[in-house]
Amino acid sequence: MLILSRKLNESIIIGDDIELSVVDIKGDQVKIGINAPKTVKVFRKEVYDAIQEENRAAARSSIDTIPSLDDMLKK
Amino acid sequence: MELDTKPFGKMDINERQRISFPRGILGFEHIREYALLNASQWPFYWLQAIEVPDLAFILIDPKIFRADYTVDVDDNDFSEIFLNPGDTENMLVFAIVTIPEDQKKMSANLQGPVVINREKKIGKQFISINPLWKTRHYILEELSEKGGKGC
Repeated sequence: MLILSRKLNESIIIGDDIELSVVDIKGDQVKIGINAPKTVKVFRKEVYDAIQEENRAAARSSIDTIPSLDDMLKK
Repeated sequence: MELDTKPFGKMDINERQRISFPRGILGFEHIREYALLNASQWPFYWLQAIEVPDLAFILIDPKIFRADYTVDVDDNDFSEIFLNPGDTENMLVFAIVTIPEDQKKMSANLQGPVVINREKKIGKQFISINPLWKTRHYILEELSEKGGKGC
């Protein structure tokens, strides 16, 4: 992994059109500003990880019998 | 074509049921060809991996338990599956369902909706930008809340 040191208000350019800047630093939290074309998807990694993890759980679903929603609601 | 499926064993499927996911499903990126099947119980469907009989996802139309559900992504994202955001005719929206051993705790992932272009047979799992939608919405709970409010 490439590691660069940056100070407040300094930035990093990735490729031709992505800019990451350090907007604020408070204690252990860093605010990062991102300038990128709309076609570039930017997400917090936890969001990605959570969806992947949920997909794996879904693939392990217990499916011997698929429940009937109507029946389950009657109970 | 004949397909080996997780829920039904070997079965015949129509070519029209085949859906390509050029970027796969998150966590299963390398698996790109699926078939959309009716499950034995309404309102569920199966998304069965064509080449991996053991891999199948249960899907549900999220509007069944969340009438207010919308796919909250940037309009440009739909172009990845060659879909116009206003083209509701060709847009199929599903949530992937997780069914644990205690089936009453079944949940649907509304943060990562699966959207299929019905005409082009191409699909993608999106990531919602609306913080209202989480990876686990308990379907029965939300259905009974809906009934309770009488809407």
